[in-house]
Amino acid sequence: MSTAPTRPADALREGDRPAESRPGAAARTVGGVAGWVDDRTGAAKPVGYLMKKVFPDHWSFMLGEIAMYSMIVCLLTGAFLTFWFVPSAGHTIYDGSYVPLRGVSMSEAYASTLNISFDIKGGLIIRQIHHWSALMFIVALVVHMFRVFFTGAFRKPREINWAIGSVLALLAIIEGFAGYSLPDDLLSGTGIRAMQGFVQTAPVIGTYLVYAIFGGPFPGEMIIPRLYSAHILLIPALLVGLFTAHIGLVFLQKHTQYPGPGRTEKNVVGFPVMPVYAAKAGGFFFIVFGILSLIAAVVQINPIWAYGPYDPSAVTAGSQPDWYMGFADGALRLLPGWLEFEIFGYTLSMNIFPGALLLLPLVYVVLGVYPFLERWVTGDNREHHLLQRPRNSPVRTGIGMAAITAYSVLLFASGNDIMAIKLGMSINDLTWFFRIGFFVLPPLAFWVTKRICLSLQRRDRDTVLHGRETGTIVRTPDGRFFERHDTELTPDQWILVQHEPVAPLELEPAVDENGVARPAARKDRLRARLSRFYFADAVNPVTPAELAAAHYHGEEHEAIEPSETSASGGAAPIESAEAGRH
Amino acid sequence: MNEQDTPTHGSEVGPTGHGTAVRLDQGHIIGDGGIPERFSNPGLPVHVPRAADLDEDAARRAEKQVTTLFGISILGTLLFIVLYFLIDVEETIYVPGIGVTSASNLALGVTLALALLGIGFGAIHWAKTLMPDHEMVEERHPLRATDESRDRVVHEMREGGNSSQLTRRPFLKYTLGGALGLFAVPLVLQVAGSLGPMPQKSLSLTFWHGGPSGPGQEPEFRPLRLMRDPENTPVRADEVTVGSVYHILPEGLLDLEEGVLEEKAKAAVLLVRLQEDEIQSEKQLDWGYQGIVAYSKICTHVGCPVGLYEQVTHHLLCPCHQSTFDVTRDCEVIFGPAKRSLPQLKITVDDEGYLVSEQPFAEAVGPSYWERGQ
Ligand code: HEM
Ligand code: FES
Repeated sequence: MSTAPTRPADALREGDRPAESRPGAAARTVGGVAGWVDDRTGAAKPVGYLMKKVFPDHWSFMLGEIAMYSMIVCLLTGAFLTFWFVPSAGHTIYDGSYVPLRGVSMSEAYASTLNISFDIKGGLIIRQIHHWSALMFIVALVVHMFRVFFTGAFRKPREINWAIGSVLALLAIIEGFAGYSLPDDLLSGTGIRAMQGFVQTAPVIGTYLVYAIFGGPFPGEMIIPRLYSAHILLIPALLVGLFTAHIGLVFLQKHTQYPGPGRTEKNVVGFPVMPVYAAKAGGFFFIVFGILSLIAAVVQINPIWAYGPYDPSAVTAGSQPDWYMGFADGALRLLPGWLEFEIFGYTLSMNIFPGALLLLPLVYVVLGVYPFLERWVTGDNREHHLLQRPRNSPVRTGIGMAAITAYSVLLFASGNDIMAIKLGMSINDLTWFFRIGFFVLPPLAFWVTKRICLSLQRRDRDTVLHGRETGTIVRTPDGRFFERHDTELTPDQWILVQHEPVAPLELEPAVDENGVARPAARKDRLRARLSRFYFADAVNPVTPAELAAAHYHGEEHEAIEPSETSASGGAAPIESAEAGRH
Repeated sequence: MNEQDTPTHGSEVGPTGHGTAVRLDQGHIIGDGGIPERFSNPGLPVHVPRAADLDEDAARRAEKQVTTLFGISILGTLLFIVLYFLIDVEETIYVPGIGVTSASNLALGVTLALALLGIGFGAIHWAKTLMPDHEMVEERHPLRATDESRDRVVHEMREGGNSSQLTRRPFLKYTLGGALGLFAVPLVLQVAGSLGPMPQKSLSLTFWHGGPSGPGQEPEFRPLRLMRDPENTPVRADEVTVGSVYHILPEGLLDLEEGVLEEKAKAAVLLVRLQEDEIQSEKQLDWGYQGIVAYSKICTHVGCPVGLYEQVTHHLLCPCHQSTFDVTRDCEVIFGPAKRSLPQLKITVDDEGYLVSEQPFAEAVGPSYWERGQ
């Protein structure tokens, strides 16, 4: 520092070493431990990389986080519950502190759930948080799935993660059902009874399956221990394993981002994990957990003491499963009885088995396969990291809304009895309304959604072409006056033009130049037809040439007909689309 | 650190046409002299500093807010501890809008929520006000590995096959494949084989056949009295007034040592008395006693107990999926997803005037199954 002859009192003398800013004791300990670990693992490199990893920010990216955190809360509170829950159908006479049930004969599972609720301090809050977080988990993952679907985040390279996600969603539902069935109260027992009825209707092997699952006749003493091992061991292991793969792929492939100025297919714009993202995501965990605790403190969920122990000959009115099972229950209410047949003395229950046993896996297979189907139809084999605005993919958005509508019809149908009472309508009429609605409403939803998307796209074009007046009057050499429109975009208009123009794939001739029929012609025809379905009336973004033309004919209005924009361009043959990989 | 103003990479930054991506609709719009085919990305917007970046007072205010939030969390935790010991589990409390609720549940839940939310909101407020808010740019690279790496994997696989002589000695391959394909069979067999017994006839039998009807049991028929559930007392025919409903179990079922629920799940019966002239089916009248009829209570849809009886219409309603059965018409399905009528139990009276079964159910009760008709 200072070596000047007149030395201030605090300056260094010759040979003095300047004081280094030394790390504090705590930092040194951390450094020491980290060093110790790194000596043995070399972890500093990947950890350092992860800490600087950039995550894009958007509210809709929190949906997956909510699912993740609710799942963690579920795992945590579930572990607590295992300390007191007794997974046994063995009989006992209740003598706990809930007076109305004293002296009643019940299973140990039910008695221990009563104990958790009434005799173990804080047991009820843990039970309530567990149930609320399970519900929140499934809601969040469904909405997260919507986000991924409508923004096209499932496109290459993220198809695997979409498929993993579909399996996660299916497992989550099964896990929820298994948990709901454990307390052995009247409602959960009724749920198991229905499940038994479903399985029994499976063609040929139904009865064997039932006896295998229940270890003998229904209800038996095996089902609760078995559901317990599924609920706390098998399914959670799968959930956690798949979830780890899911989140690992998000890290590896880097998160997608919404389009915007400066964001491209080749970069990620956002905040580094350390410190911003860590603080936000970590803080968000506490918020989700906190909100779940608050709900659990004030809103009662599944008051099993009010239902009484399970008895196969008793039932309560308005029996209803948790919401995520509703759609299958609704399907069962809609399928008419005449679908049951007898062939050669064997009974085929088409009124039960499709809704109960096929629907669930079918929904998830269709879900899991969608990205592959869309890729085949669009012929788009490139990586995509920029999300799409839902309006810019009108057909996909329409398909999504149609699927949601079909699902909702089934879900609402599972409440037809409650609705009939609340609305004072006949349950017969309601059931018919839902039966017809299941076939009519989804196509309608598709059509309406697609129209809305197309008109939003046209409005985007309008905004770009005519949106901004500069207020400057220009005089042309031939003496005409007009107001100048800027041919430059403003940065906030970028979002309106950034997406890719699209057009249907064109069919290659069914015979080649030599008049020989192409082998794949039929498959191609289907593909071309589907491609037209997706893109025939696409509205494409304004191009610089169009903007210039619009301004050149200053006062005229451009006709923005969808057919014109797509018909004017040549459609690409399937092959050139395939060439788009890099 | 801050790269936000230098978007140097990316195909769409700068004039288009230089990107590597091939568009689906090559040649869709024909560019003309000098006008690019597509607009170019304007690049990241200019960074606007926050109040706390410019003004130390604002920063200090933010700090105070964050520390207050963390303080609330600590307070929540302390309160939780105190209330955990203070409030008895059995205490209830009236809260407007919620009703009577467990005091400890409410107290522990709310304080836990405070402890958690304080941390959560504190951390996020900290991140938003005091942590750097410069957006960073990270490059993306195509995920696929280089061609050399791919070739190497293929090569190594081949080499492995060759050097282990797998390719030269095909029998190694076949037997290994066979062994690997089969080794899971013992494990699967153990589980599948031991999960449960064969159903045998037990699904088509009930306790009304004369006694316990589990797999392997073949009860011999004897008339059984109809017993009230849960009182376990017999019912005299003259006690059953028109319009009344009884929940019935066969005599002896409730005295079983084990298997009560399993037998109940098949044998539960509803007993109803109608005016004889309301009954529209000969057989139904015949199988009943002076208008007293007994029907299986187990829904033929998926097996919920058919719990609701409408006195006026004589309809039985299953609460699970609303199948509705008309008691005046031999319990035919008149609405809902069930297909088959509820099976009727043939009854009569014994010498003491008590209702008894005259024969077991003539068909399997409850939900359908494949070999039901056999
Ligand atoms: C166990 C349930 C699930 C959890 C905990 C979970 C969690 C997450 C998280 C935290 C992310 C990163 C943030 C985000 O994009 O929101 C993510 C991304 C993703 N999830 Fe899930 N998810 C679950 C289920 C699903 C389901 C059901 C699907 C779809 C069928 C799905 C598909 C995806 C995809 C494709 C991504 C990558 C999206 C992108 O990078 O933009 N996930 N998930
Ligand atoms: S079980 Fe009775 S209607 Fe479904």
